[in-house]
Amino acid sequence: MFTEEELQQVEEIKSHYPTNLSAVMGALHLYQDKYGYVSDEGISYVAKLLEIPEEHVLGVVSFYEMFHQHPTGKYKLQVCTNVSCMLCNSDMVLRSIKEKIGIGIGEMTEDGLFSVHEVECLGSCGTAPVISVNKLYHDKLTPEKINELIDTLKAQG
Amino acid sequence: MNDYQPVLLPGISDLHRIDVYEQHGGYARIRKALAMKPTEILDVVKASGLRGRGGAAFPTGLKWSFMPQEGEKPSYLCVNGDEAEPGSFKDRQIFEFNPHQMIEGILISGYALRIKTAYIYIRGEYESWTRMVEKAIAEAYARGYVGEKMKETFGTDYSVEIYVHRGAGAYICGEESSLMNSIEGHRPYPRVKPPFPAQIGLWGCPTTINNVETITNIPVIMEKGADWFKEIGAETHPGPLLYGISGHVNKPGVYELPTGMLLTELIHDVAGGIPGGKKIKMVIPGGSSMPPLRGDQLDGVHMDADSLKDIGSAIGTAGIIVMDEDTNLLRVLTRITHFYKVESCGQCTPCREGTGWMLKVFNRLLAGEGSSKDLDLLHSVANNIEGNTVCALGDAAAWPVKFTIERFRVELEKELVR
Ligand SMILES: Cc1cc2nc3c(=O)[nH]c(=O)nc-3n(C[C@H](O)[C@H](O)[C@H](O)COP(=O)(O)O)c2cc1C
Ligand code: SF4
Ligand code: FES
Repeated sequence: MFTEEELQQVEEIKSHYPTNLSAVMGALHLYQDKYGYVSDEGISYVAKLLEIPEEHVLGVVSFYEMFHQHPTGKYKLQVCTNVSCMLCNSDMVLRSIKEKIGIGIGEMTEDGLFSVHEVECLGSCGTAPVISVNKLYHDKLTPEKINELIDTLKAQG
Repeated sequence: MNDYQPVLLPGISDLHRIDVYEQHGGYARIRKALAMKPTEILDVVKASGLRGRGGAAFPTGLKWSFMPQEGEKPSYLCVNGDEAEPGSFKDRQIFEFNPHQMIEGILISGYALRIKTAYIYIRGEYESWTRMVEKAIAEAYARGYVGEKMKETFGTDYSVEIYVHRGAGAYICGEESSLMNSIEGHRPYPRVKPPFPAQIGLWGCPTTINNVETITNIPVIMEKGADWFKEIGAETHPGPLLYGISGHVNKPGVYELPTGMLLTELIHDVAGGIPGGKKIKMVIPGGSSMPPLRGDQLDGVHMDADSLKDIGSAIGTAGIIVMDEDTNLLRVLTRITHFYKVESCGQCTPCREGTGWMLKVFNRLLAGEGSSKDLDLLHSVANNIEGNTVCALGDAAAWPVKFTIERFRVELEKELVR
Protein backbone atom coordinates (compact mmCIF):
# COMPACT_ATOMS: atom_id res chain seq x y z
CA MET A 1 0.00 0.00 0.00
CA PHE A 2 3.01 2.26 0.31
CA THR A 3 4.83 3.02 -2.92
CA GLU A 4 8.54 2.30 -3.31
CA GLU A 5 9.22 5.92 -2.46
CA GLU A 6 7.09 5.81 0.68
CA LEU A 7 8.75 2.59 1.78
CA GLN A 8 12.05 4.36 1.32
CA GLN A 9 10.78 7.11 3.63
CA VAL A 10 9.88 4.51 6.25
CA GLU A 11 13.40 3.08 5.99
CA GLU A 12 14.79 6.57 6.49
CA ILE A 13 12.64 7.11 9.58
CA LYS A 14 13.68 3.72 10.98
CA SER A 15 17.34 4.64 10.59
CA HIS A 16 16.88 7.52 13.07
CA TYR A 17 16.31 5.20 16.00
CA PRO A 18 17.82 2.12 17.63
CA THR A 19 14.46 0.28 17.50
CA ASN A 20 11.67 -0.08 14.94
CA LEU A 21 9.10 0.76 17.58
CA SER A 22 10.19 4.41 17.48
CA ALA A 23 9.25 4.66 13.82
CA VAL A 24 5.59 3.98 14.58
CA MET A 25 4.48 7.62 14.72
CA GLY A 26 6.38 8.53 11.57
CA ALA A 27 4.89 5.60 9.68
CA LEU A 28 1.40 6.46 10.92
CA HIS A 29 1.79 10.08 9.82
CA LEU A 30 2.75 8.84 6.35
CA TYR A 31 -0.21 6.49 6.27
CA GLN A 32 -2.67 9.14 7.38
CA ASP A 33 -1.28 11.68 4.91
CA LYS A 34 -2.02 9.19 2.18
CA TYR A 35 -5.39 7.78 3.23
CA GLY A 36 -6.83 10.56 5.40
CA TYR A 37 -7.24 8.32 8.44
CA VAL A 38 -5.78 5.19 9.97
CA SER A 39 -8.16 2.28 9.32
CA ASP A 40 -7.88 -1.15 10.99
CA GLU A 41 -6.22 -2.24 7.79
CA GLY A 42 -3.72 0.59 8.20
CA ILE A 43 -2.94 -0.52 11.72
CA SER A 44 -2.17 -4.07 10.53
CA TYR A 45 -0.13 -2.75 7.65
CA VAL A 46 2.05 -0.51 9.80
CA ALA A 47 2.46 -3.30 12.35
CA LYS A 48 3.67 -5.73 9.67
CA LEU A 49 5.92 -3.13 8.10
CA LEU A 50 7.69 -2.42 11.37
CA GLU A 51 7.43 -5.98 12.67
CA ILE A 52 5.72 -4.87 15.86
CA PRO A 53 2.47 -6.10 17.47
CA GLU A 54 -0.81 -4.72 16.13
CA GLU A 55 -2.04 -4.00 19.65
CA HIS A 56 0.93 -1.75 20.06
CA VAL A 57 0.13 0.27 16.96
CA LEU A 58 -3.50 0.50 18.03
CA GLY A 59 -2.39 1.75 21.46
CA VAL A 60 -0.43 4.54 19.82
CA VAL A 61 -3.10 5.48 17.27
CA SER A 62 -5.80 5.68 19.90
CA PHE A 63 -3.74 7.86 22.24
CA TYR A 64 -3.02 10.74 19.89
CA GLU A 65 -5.62 13.31 18.94
CA MET A 66 -4.19 13.81 15.46
CA PHE A 67 -4.52 10.18 14.38
CA HIS A 68 -8.06 9.53 13.19
CA GLN A 69 -9.50 6.04 13.22
CA HIS A 70 -12.46 7.06 11.11
CA PRO A 71 -12.82 9.04 7.91
CA THR A 72 -13.01 12.82 8.29
CA GLY A 73 -13.99 15.48 5.82
CA LYS A 74 -11.56 16.07 3.00
CA TYR A 75 -10.96 19.42 4.64
CA LYS A 76 -10.64 19.21 8.39
CA LEU A 77 -11.56 22.57 9.88
CA GLN A 78 -9.78 22.44 13.22
CA VAL A 79 -10.99 25.34 15.31
CA CYS A 80 -8.98 26.41 18.34
CA THR A 81 -11.31 27.36 21.17
CA ASN A 82 -8.68 27.55 23.93
CA VAL A 83 -8.37 30.63 26.11
CA SER A 84 -6.51 33.13 23.91
CA CYS A 85 -8.69 32.27 20.93
CA MET A 86 -11.82 32.33 23.08
CA LEU A 87 -10.89 35.84 24.25
CA CYS A 88 -10.51 36.83 20.60
CA ASN A 89 -13.91 35.43 19.64
CA SER A 90 -13.50 31.86 18.52
CA ASP A 91 -17.29 31.71 19.04
CA MET A 92 -17.55 33.86 15.93
CA VAL A 93 -15.40 31.36 14.01
CA LEU A 94 -17.69 28.46 14.90
CA ARG A 95 -20.77 30.55 14.16
CA SER A 96 -19.46 31.68 10.76
CA ILE A 97 -18.62 28.12 9.77
CA LYS A 98 -22.03 26.94 10.85
CA GLU A 99 -23.76 29.69 8.87
CA LYS A 100 -21.69 28.93 5.81
CA ILE A 101 -21.76 25.12 5.65
CA GLY A 102 -24.32 24.20 8.25
CA ILE A 103 -22.20 22.04 10.51
CA GLY A 104 -20.73 22.33 13.97
CA ILE A 105 -18.17 20.56 16.12
CA GLY A 106 -17.96 16.81 15.46
CA GLU A 107 -19.99 16.97 12.25
CA MET A 108 -19.26 16.40 8.58
CA THR A 109 -20.99 17.78 5.49
CA GLU A 110 -22.96 15.22 3.49
CA ASP A 111 -20.62 15.47 0.52
CA GLY A 112 -17.74 14.59 2.82
CA LEU A 113 -15.90 17.77 1.89
CA PHE A 114 -15.76 19.39 5.34
CA SER A 115 -15.64 18.28 8.94
CA VAL A 116 -15.37 20.57 11.98
CA HIS A 117 -13.16 19.72 14.94
CA GLU A 118 -12.62 21.56 18.19
CA VAL A 119 -8.91 21.58 18.97
CA GLU A 120 -6.69 22.75 21.77
CA CYS A 121 -4.25 25.67 21.61
CA LEU A 122 -2.48 25.58 18.25
CA GLY A 123 0.45 27.69 19.42
CA SER A 124 -0.71 30.69 17.47
CA CYS A 125 -2.30 32.70 20.27
CA GLY A 126 -0.75 35.99 19.14
CA THR A 127 -2.73 35.88 15.90
CA ALA A 128 -6.00 34.56 17.34
CA PRO A 129 -8.55 33.40 16.44
CA VAL A 130 -7.01 30.55 14.50
CA ILE A 131 -8.02 27.45 12.59
CA SER A 132 -5.88 24.79 11.02
CA VAL A 133 -7.22 23.31 7.80
CA ASN A 134 -5.56 19.94 7.30
CA LYS A 135 -2.02 21.19 7.79
CA LEU A 136 -2.17 24.92 7.19
CA TYR A 137 -2.92 27.62 9.72
CA HIS A 138 -5.28 30.49 9.00
CA ASP A 139 -5.15 33.22 11.60
CA LYS A 140 -6.60 36.59 12.63
CA LEU A 141 -9.90 35.28 11.33
CA THR A 142 -12.91 37.43 10.54
CA PRO A 143 -16.29 36.30 9.19
CA GLU A 144 -15.20 37.54 5.74
CA LYS A 145 -11.95 35.60 5.81
CA ILE A 146 -13.79 32.44 6.82
CA ASN A 147 -16.27 32.88 3.97
CA GLU A 148 -13.48 33.36 1.49
CA LEU A 149 -11.51 30.41 2.79
CA ILE A 150 -14.47 28.06 2.53
CA ASP A 151 -15.30 29.32 -0.96
CA THR A 152 -11.74 28.67 -2.05
CA LEU A 153 -11.77 25.16 -0.61
CA LYS A 154 -15.12 24.42 -2.25
CA ALA A 155 -13.78 25.60 -5.58
CA GLN A 156 -10.79 23.27 -5.19
CA GLY A 157 -13.27 20.50 -4.43
CA MET B 1 14.95 48.58 27.96
CA ASN B 2 14.63 50.42 24.67
CA ASP B 3 18.27 49.83 23.84
CA TYR B 4 18.04 46.06 24.22
CA GLN B 5 19.34 44.26 21.13
CA PRO B 6 17.57 40.94 20.49
CA VAL B 7 19.84 37.92 20.11
CA LEU B 8 17.36 35.05 19.73
CA LEU B 9 15.09 36.72 17.18
CA PRO B 10 17.30 39.56 15.95
CA GLY B 11 15.01 40.47 13.09
CA ILE B 12 17.66 40.03 10.37
CA SER B 13 15.85 39.21 7.15
CA ASP B 14 16.36 35.70 5.78
CA LEU B 15 18.32 34.64 8.86
CA HIS B 16 16.73 31.22 8.47
CA ARG B 17 18.98 30.69 5.44
CA ILE B 18 22.33 29.21 6.25
CA ASP B 19 24.30 31.75 4.18
CA VAL B 20 22.75 34.68 5.99
CA TYR B 21 23.18 32.97 9.33
CA GLU B 22 26.87 32.45 8.62
CA GLN B 23 27.32 36.06 7.51
CA HIS B 24 26.16 37.01 10.99
CA GLY B 25 28.62 34.87 12.89
CA GLY B 26 26.72 31.60 12.62
CA TYR B 27 28.59 28.30 13.06
CA ALA B 28 31.60 30.22 14.43
CA ARG B 29 30.44 29.54 17.98
CA ILE B 30 30.65 25.78 17.55
CA ARG B 31 34.25 26.21 16.38
CA LYS B 32 34.96 28.19 19.52
CA ALA B 33 33.28 25.52 21.65
CA LEU B 34 35.21 22.67 20.05
CA ALA B 35 38.45 24.37 21.02
CA MET B 36 37.37 24.08 24.66
CA LYS B 37 36.96 21.04 26.87
CA PRO B 38 33.35 19.86 27.45
CA THR B 39 33.69 20.59 31.16
CA GLU B 40 34.79 24.16 30.40
CA ILE B 41 31.60 24.70 28.41
CA LEU B 42 29.59 23.32 31.28
CA ASP B 43 31.30 25.83 33.59
CA VAL B 44 30.43 28.71 31.27
CA VAL B 45 26.77 27.66 31.08
CA LYS B 46 26.65 27.31 34.87
CA ALA B 47 28.26 30.72 35.35
CA SER B 48 25.82 32.34 32.92
CA GLY B 49 22.90 31.61 35.24
CA LEU B 50 20.77 30.34 32.32
CA ARG B 51 17.56 28.73 33.52
CA GLY B 52 15.29 26.54 31.38
CA ARG B 53 12.67 28.29 29.26
CA GLY B 54 10.34 25.28 29.06
CA GLY B 55 8.34 26.01 32.19
CA ALA B 56 10.19 25.08 35.36
CA ALA B 57 13.10 27.57 35.08
CA PHE B 58 15.52 24.88 36.22
CA PRO B 59 19.21 25.93 36.07
CA THR B 60 20.54 24.51 32.80
CA GLY B 61 24.15 24.09 33.92
CA LEU B 62 23.03 22.16 36.98
CA LYS B 63 20.82 19.90 34.86
CA TRP B 64 23.72 19.21 32.52
CA SER B 65 26.00 18.37 35.44
CA PHE B 66 23.75 15.40 36.30
CA MET B 67 24.84 13.67 33.09
CA PRO B 68 27.55 11.04 33.59
CA GLN B 69 30.93 12.22 32.35
CA GLU B 70 32.06 9.09 30.53
CA GLY B 71 30.05 5.92 30.19
CA GLU B 72 29.60 2.84 28.11
CA LYS B 73 26.04 3.63 27.16
CA PRO B 74 25.20 6.24 24.54
CA SER B 75 23.51 9.37 25.83
CA TYR B 76 20.87 11.57 24.27
CA LEU B 77 19.64 15.14 24.03
CA CYS B 78 15.96 15.89 23.44
CA VAL B 79 15.06 19.38 22.38
CA ASN B 80 11.54 20.06 23.50
CA GLY B 81 9.45 21.82 20.87
CA ASP B 82 6.12 20.33 21.82
CA GLU B 83 4.88 23.85 22.68
CA ALA B 84 1.29 23.01 23.56
CA GLU B 85 0.85 24.98 26.77
CA PRO B 86 -2.08 27.32 26.03
CA GLY B 87 -0.79 30.87 25.64
CA SER B 88 2.65 29.76 24.40
CA PHE B 89 3.75 30.42 20.84
CA LYS B 90 7.41 31.36 21.08
CA ASP B 91 9.43 28.28 20.04
CA ARG B 92 7.63 28.43 16.72
CA GLN B 93 9.30 31.80 16.08
CA ILE B 94 12.72 30.18 16.49
CA PHE B 95 11.77 27.37 14.08
CA GLU B 96 10.70 29.95 11.54
CA PHE B 97 13.16 32.80 11.95
CA ASN B 98 16.32 31.40 13.53
CA PRO B 99 16.47 27.60 13.21
CA HIS B 100 20.22 27.51 12.64
CA GLN B 101 20.92 29.07 16.02
CA MET B 102 18.94 26.23 17.61
CA ILE B 103 20.95 23.74 15.55
CA GLU B 104 24.23 25.37 16.54
CA GLY B 105 23.00 25.29 20.14
CA ILE B 106 22.45 21.54 19.78
CA LEU B 107 25.98 21.07 18.44
CA ILE B 108 27.52 22.96 21.36
CA SER B 109 25.28 21.33 23.97
CA GLY B 110 25.88 17.95 22.40
CA TYR B 111 29.63 18.37 22.59
CA ALA B 112 29.45 19.57 26.20
CA LEU B 113 27.27 16.59 27.12
CA ARG B 114 29.15 14.12 24.88
CA ILE B 115 25.96 13.00 23.19
CA LYS B 116 25.91 11.44 19.73
CA THR B 117 22.23 11.77 18.90
CA ALA B 118 19.78 14.61 19.41
CA TYR B 119 16.04 14.58 18.75
CA ILE B 120 14.05 17.74 18.20
CA TYR B 121 10.49 16.91 19.27
CA ILE B 122 8.03 19.11 17.37
CA ARG B 123 4.30 19.06 17.96
CA GLY B 124 2.40 17.43 15.11
CA GLU B 125 0.27 20.48 14.36
CA TYR B 126 3.44 22.44 13.47
CA GLU B 127 3.77 20.62 10.16
CA SER B 128 4.78 23.79 8.28
CA TRP B 129 7.39 24.63 10.90
CA THR B 130 8.65 21.06 10.92
CA ARG B 131 9.42 21.46 7.23
CA MET B 132 11.36 24.66 7.96
CA VAL B 133 13.43 22.96 10.65
CA GLU B 134 14.06 19.92 8.45
CA LYS B 135 15.22 22.19 5.67
CA ALA B 136 17.64 23.97 7.99
CA ILE B 137 19.00 20.66 9.27
CA ALA B 138 19.49 19.43 5.71
CA GLU B 139 21.42 22.62 4.88
CA ALA B 140 23.63 22.16 7.93
CA TYR B 141 24.30 18.51 7.00
CA ALA B 142 25.12 19.57 3.45
CA ARG B 143 27.73 22.02 4.73
CA GLY B 144 29.26 19.32 6.88
CA TYR B 145 28.28 20.99 10.16
CA VAL B 146 26.26 18.05 11.46
CA GLY B 147 26.92 14.29 11.42
CA GLU B 148 30.08 12.37 10.52
CA LYS B 149 31.31 15.14 8.23
CA MET B 150 31.71 17.43 11.24
CA LYS B 151 34.94 15.66 12.01
CA GLU B 152 36.49 16.80 8.78
CA THR B 153 34.89 20.23 8.72
CA PHE B 154 35.94 21.17 12.21
CA GLY B 155 39.00 18.95 12.58
CA THR B 156 37.60 17.22 15.64
CA ASP B 157 36.74 13.67 16.64
CA TYR B 158 33.30 14.77 17.87
CA SER B 159 30.14 14.29 15.83
CA VAL B 160 26.41 14.31 16.45
CA GLU B 161 23.33 13.36 14.44
CA ILE B 162 20.18 15.50 14.65
CA TYR B 163 16.72 14.13 13.90
CA VAL B 164 13.22 15.56 14.08
CA HIS B 165 10.54 13.54 15.85
CA ARG B 166 6.98 14.63 15.07
CA GLY B 167 4.32 14.56 17.76
CA ALA B 168 0.66 13.90 17.01
CA GLY B 169 -1.47 16.19 19.14
CA ALA B 170 -0.91 15.30 22.78
CA TYR B 171 -0.06 18.07 25.25
CA ILE B 172 1.29 15.53 27.72
CA CYS B 173 4.18 14.76 25.35
CA GLY B 174 5.74 18.08 26.39
CA GLU B 175 6.32 16.56 29.82
CA GLU B 176 9.84 15.25 29.56
CA SER B 177 9.30 11.61 30.50
CA SER B 178 6.18 11.37 28.35
CA LEU B 179 8.22 12.87 25.53
CA MET B 180 10.77 10.08 25.87
CA ASN B 181 8.08 7.42 25.82
CA SER B 182 6.65 9.07 22.73
CA ILE B 183 10.03 8.94 20.97
CA GLU B 184 10.44 5.30 21.99
CA GLY B 185 7.11 4.59 20.31
CA HIS B 186 5.12 3.66 23.42
CA ARG B 187 1.87 5.14 24.60
CA PRO B 188 3.34 8.33 26.06
CA TYR B 189 2.56 7.95 29.75
CA PRO B 190 4.79 10.03 32.02
CA ARG B 191 7.26 7.99 34.05
CA VAL B 192 7.58 7.94 37.81
CA LYS B 193 10.60 9.96 38.99
CA PRO B 194 13.18 9.11 40.25
CA PRO B 195 15.00 7.75 38.33
CA PHE B 196 15.64 11.02 36.52
CA PRO B 197 16.39 11.14 32.78
CA ALA B 198 20.09 11.90 33.35
CA GLN B 199 20.36 8.40 34.84
CA ILE B 200 17.68 6.46 33.00
CA GLY B 201 16.26 8.26 30.01
CA LEU B 202 15.71 7.30 26.38
CA TRP B 203 16.12 3.53 25.96
CA GLY B 204 17.45 3.41 29.50
CA CYS B 205 20.37 5.70 28.65
CA PRO B 206 21.40 9.05 30.15
CA THR B 207 19.29 11.82 28.60
CA THR B 208 18.94 15.57 28.90
CA ILE B 209 15.77 17.36 27.88
CA ASN B 210 15.86 21.08 27.18
CA ASN B 211 13.43 23.53 25.69
CA VAL B 212 14.03 24.97 22.20
CA GLU B 213 14.57 28.50 23.53
CA THR B 214 16.98 27.28 26.21
CA ILE B 215 19.15 25.60 23.57
CA THR B 216 18.96 28.65 21.30
CA ASN B 217 20.56 30.73 24.07
CA ILE B 218 23.67 28.53 24.13
CA PRO B 219 25.46 29.94 21.05
CA VAL B 220 24.94 33.46 22.41
CA ILE B 221 26.49 32.50 25.72
CA MET B 222 29.41 30.91 23.84
CA GLU B 223 29.99 34.04 21.82
CA LYS B 224 29.46 36.77 24.36
CA GLY B 225 30.40 34.97 27.55
CA ALA B 226 28.76 34.18 30.86
CA ASP B 227 29.39 37.65 32.34
CA TRP B 228 27.61 39.38 29.49
CA PHE B 229 24.64 37.02 29.81
CA LYS B 230 24.17 37.29 33.54
CA GLU B 231 24.12 41.08 33.38
CA ILE B 232 20.91 40.96 31.32
CA GLY B 233 17.61 41.19 33.17
CA ALA B 234 16.83 39.68 36.55
CA GLU B 235 19.75 38.76 38.77
CA THR B 236 18.58 35.26 39.71
CA HIS B 237 17.04 34.46 36.33
CA PRO B 238 19.06 36.35 33.75
CA GLY B 239 19.16 36.54 29.97
CA PRO B 240 16.94 37.28 27.00
CA LEU B 241 13.39 36.00 27.20
CA LEU B 242 10.71 35.46 24.58
CA TYR B 243 7.50 36.87 26.02
CA GLY B 244 4.34 35.77 24.24
CA ILE B 245 1.52 38.21 24.91
CA SER B 246 -2.02 37.31 23.87
CA GLY B 247 -5.67 37.87 24.70
CA HIS B 248 -7.03 41.37 25.24
CA VAL B 249 -4.10 43.52 24.11
CA ASN B 250 -3.76 45.82 21.12
CA LYS B 251 -0.52 44.34 19.82
CA PRO B 252 -0.32 40.67 20.70
CA GLY B 253 2.85 38.82 19.70
CA VAL B 254 6.21 37.42 20.75
CA TYR B 255 8.67 39.99 22.07
CA GLU B 256 12.28 39.36 22.96
CA LEU B 257 13.36 41.41 25.97
CA PRO B 258 15.39 40.87 29.13
CA THR B 259 13.91 38.74 31.90
CA GLY B 260 12.44 40.62 34.83
CA MET B 261 10.46 43.19 32.83
CA LEU B 262 7.58 44.86 34.63
CA LEU B 263 4.39 43.02 33.72
CA THR B 264 2.56 46.34 33.41
CA GLU B 265 5.21 47.68 31.01
CA LEU B 266 4.89 44.55 28.86
CA ILE B 267 1.13 44.81 28.70
CA HIS B 268 0.72 48.57 28.32
CA ASP B 269 3.82 49.68 26.44
CA VAL B 270 5.16 46.65 24.60
CA ALA B 271 1.79 45.11 23.71
CA GLY B 272 0.00 48.42 23.29
CA GLY B 273 -2.48 48.23 26.18
CA ILE B 274 -6.04 46.96 26.36
CA PRO B 275 -8.50 47.54 23.50
CA GLY B 276 -10.99 50.26 24.31
CA GLY B 277 -8.83 51.36 27.25
CA LYS B 278 -10.61 48.85 29.46
CA LYS B 279 -9.35 47.70 32.83
CA ILE B 280 -7.61 44.37 33.33
CA LYS B 281 -9.49 41.73 35.28
CA MET B 282 -7.03 38.85 35.20
CA VAL B 283 -3.60 37.98 33.84
CA ILE B 284 -2.06 34.53 33.55
CA PRO B 285 1.67 35.22 33.41
CA GLY B 286 3.17 31.99 32.06
CA GLY B 287 0.76 29.82 30.10
CA SER B 288 -2.57 28.44 31.28
CA SER B 289 -1.05 26.17 33.96
CA MET B 290 0.22 29.03 36.09
CA PRO B 291 -1.71 30.69 38.93
CA PRO B 292 -3.67 33.72 37.63
CA LEU B 293 -3.11 37.22 38.99
CA ARG B 294 -5.66 39.95 39.67
CA GLY B 295 -5.60 43.03 37.49
CA ASP B 296 -5.21 45.17 40.62
CA GLN B 297 -2.29 43.03 41.78
CA LEU B 298 0.05 43.81 38.89
CA ASP B 299 1.83 46.99 39.92
CA GLY B 300 5.53 46.39 40.48
CA VAL B 301 5.38 42.74 39.42
CA HIS B 302 8.51 41.64 37.55
CA MET B 303 8.52 38.77 35.05
CA ASP B 304 11.15 36.42 36.40
CA ALA B 305 10.90 33.12 38.24
CA ASP B 306 11.58 34.40 41.75
CA SER B 307 9.53 37.61 41.61
CA LEU B 308 6.51 35.70 40.35
CA LYS B 309 6.97 33.00 42.94
CA ASP B 310 6.99 35.67 45.65
CA ILE B 311 3.55 36.88 44.65
CA GLY B 312 2.08 33.40 44.24
CA SER B 313 2.50 32.59 40.57
CA ALA B 314 5.19 31.28 38.24
CA ILE B 315 7.03 32.25 35.08
CA GLY B 316 6.11 29.08 33.15
CA THR B 317 6.66 29.69 29.45
CA ALA B 318 6.30 33.50 29.82
CA GLY B 319 3.11 33.24 27.78
CA ILE B 320 1.10 36.15 29.17
CA ILE B 321 -2.67 35.95 28.72
CA VAL B 322 -4.48 39.21 29.39
CA MET B 323 -8.20 39.41 30.16
CA ASP B 324 -10.16 42.65 30.32
CA GLU B 325 -12.81 43.66 32.87
CA ASP B 326 -15.67 42.17 30.83
CA THR B 327 -14.23 38.65 30.74
CA ASN B 328 -16.41 35.90 32.15
CA LEU B 329 -14.08 34.03 34.47
CA LEU B 330 -16.35 31.01 34.78
CA ARG B 331 -16.10 30.48 31.05
CA VAL B 332 -12.34 30.86 31.15
CA LEU B 333 -11.99 28.36 33.99
CA THR B 334 -14.36 25.93 32.31
CA ARG B 335 -12.35 26.08 29.11
CA ILE B 336 -9.05 25.64 30.94
CA THR B 337 -10.43 22.69 32.89
CA HIS B 338 -11.76 21.15 29.69
CA PHE B 339 -8.23 21.32 28.32
CA TYR B 340 -6.65 19.48 31.25
CA LYS B 341 -9.40 16.91 31.27
CA VAL B 342 -8.92 15.98 27.63
CA GLU B 343 -5.14 16.10 27.90
CA SER B 344 -4.86 14.04 31.11
CA CYS B 345 -3.25 10.72 30.17
CA GLY B 346 -5.51 9.03 32.70
CA GLN B 347 -2.75 7.23 34.54
CA CYS B 348 -3.38 8.71 38.02
CA THR B 349 -6.80 8.65 39.63
CA PRO B 350 -6.71 12.15 41.18
CA CYS B 351 -5.87 13.74 37.83
CA ARG B 352 -8.19 11.61 35.69
CA GLU B 353 -11.21 11.73 38.01
CA GLY B 354 -10.53 15.18 39.46
CA THR B 355 -10.41 16.97 36.12
CA GLY B 356 -13.61 15.19 35.07
CA TRP B 357 -15.34 16.19 38.28
CA MET B 358 -14.27 19.79 38.04
CA LEU B 359 -15.45 20.03 34.46
CA LYS B 360 -18.87 18.65 35.42
CA VAL B 361 -19.24 21.20 38.19
CA PHE B 362 -18.13 24.05 35.94
CA ASN B 363 -20.59 23.06 33.26
CA ARG B 364 -23.32 23.05 35.88
CA LEU B 365 -22.29 26.50 37.07
CA LEU B 366 -22.22 27.84 33.52
CA ALA B 367 -25.73 26.51 33.00
CA GLY B 368 -26.80 28.62 35.98
CA GLU B 369 -27.56 25.57 38.12
CA GLY B 370 -24.88 25.88 40.74
CA SER B 371 -24.33 27.78 43.93
CA SER B 372 -21.53 29.38 45.84
CA LYS B 373 -20.97 26.07 47.65
CA ASP B 374 -19.82 24.56 44.37
CA LEU B 375 -16.87 26.92 44.42
CA ASP B 376 -15.80 25.35 47.71
CA LEU B 377 -16.27 21.93 46.21
CA LEU B 378 -14.10 22.87 43.23
CA HIS B 379 -11.45 24.25 45.54
CA SER B 380 -11.30 21.04 47.50
CA VAL B 381 -11.18 18.84 44.38
CA ALA B 382 -8.29 20.96 43.08
CA ASN B 383 -6.51 20.60 46.42
CA ASN B 384 -6.85 16.85 46.22
CA ILE B 385 -5.24 16.72 42.79
CA GLU B 386 -2.32 19.00 43.65
CA GLY B 387 0.81 17.13 44.69
CA ASN B 388 -0.81 13.69 44.37
CA THR B 389 0.08 12.74 40.83
CA VAL B 390 2.89 11.24 38.74
CA CYS B 391 3.50 14.34 36.67
CA ALA B 392 2.98 18.08 36.95
CA LEU B 393 -0.11 18.10 34.70
CA GLY B 394 -2.10 17.43 37.85
CA ASP B 395 -0.83 20.62 39.50
CA ALA B 396 -1.35 22.46 36.22
CA ALA B 397 -5.01 21.48 36.26
CA ALA B 398 -5.43 22.35 39.92
CA TRP B 399 -3.69 25.73 40.12
CA PRO B 400 -5.83 27.85 37.81
CA VAL B 401 -8.99 26.61 39.55
CA LYS B 402 -7.69 26.87 43.09
CA PHE B 403 -6.08 30.27 42.76
CA THR B 404 -8.86 31.84 40.72
CA ILE B 405 -11.36 30.81 43.38
CA GLU B 406 -9.11 32.21 46.10
CA ARG B 407 -8.32 35.44 44.30
CA PHE B 408 -11.58 36.16 42.48
CA ARG B 409 -14.22 34.86 44.85
CA VAL B 410 -16.27 38.05 44.71
CA GLU B 411 -16.22 38.20 40.90
CA LEU B 412 -17.14 34.52 40.56
CA GLU B 413 -20.04 34.89 43.02
CA LYS B 414 -21.35 37.78 40.92
CA GLU B 415 -21.17 35.69 37.77
CA LEU B 416 -23.14 32.95 39.52
CA VAL B 417 -25.97 35.34 40.34
CA ARG B 418 -26.12 36.52 36.71
C1 LIG C 1 2.17 18.67 31.14
C2 LIG C 1 3.49 19.27 30.82
C3 LIG C 1 3.72 19.79 29.56
C4 LIG C 1 4.95 20.35 29.22
N1 LIG C 1 5.13 20.87 27.97
C5 LIG C 1 6.34 21.39 27.63
C6 LIG C 1 6.58 21.88 26.32
O1 LIG C 1 5.70 21.86 25.45
N2 LIG C 1 7.81 22.37 26.03
C7 LIG C 1 8.82 22.39 26.96
O2 LIG C 1 9.93 22.81 26.65
N3 LIG C 1 8.62 21.94 28.21
C8 LIG C 1 7.41 21.43 28.57
N4 LIG C 1 7.23 20.93 29.83
C9 LIG C 1 8.38 20.94 30.75
C10 LIG C 1 9.29 19.75 30.48
O3 LIG C 1 8.86 18.65 31.28
C11 LIG C 1 10.75 20.03 30.84
O4 LIG C 1 10.81 20.53 32.13
C12 LIG C 1 11.43 21.02 29.91
O5 LIG C 1 11.32 20.65 28.58
C13 LIG C 1 12.88 21.12 30.29
O6 LIG C 1 13.55 22.08 29.50
P1 LIG C 1 14.25 23.36 30.15
O7 LIG C 1 15.00 22.90 31.37
O8 LIG C 1 15.13 23.85 29.08
O9 LIG C 1 13.15 24.30 30.51
C14 LIG C 1 5.98 20.38 30.19
C15 LIG C 1 5.75 19.87 31.46
C16 LIG C 1 4.52 19.33 31.78
C17 LIG C 1 4.31 18.79 33.15
S1 SF4 D 1 -0.89 13.74 36.50
FE1 SF4 D 1 -2.43 13.38 34.90
S2 SF4 D 1 -1.30 13.59 33.00
FE2 SF4 D 1 0.27 13.34 34.61
S3 SF4 D 1 0.65 11.14 34.67
FE3 SF4 D 1 -0.99 11.51 36.11
S4 SF4 D 1 -2.91 11.21 34.95
FE4 SF4 D 1 -1.22 11.43 33.47
S1 FES E 1 -5.38 29.60 22.26
FE1 FES E 1 -5.80 29.34 20.16
S2 FES E 1 -3.81 29.22 19.32
FE2 FES E 1 -3.38 29.37 21.44
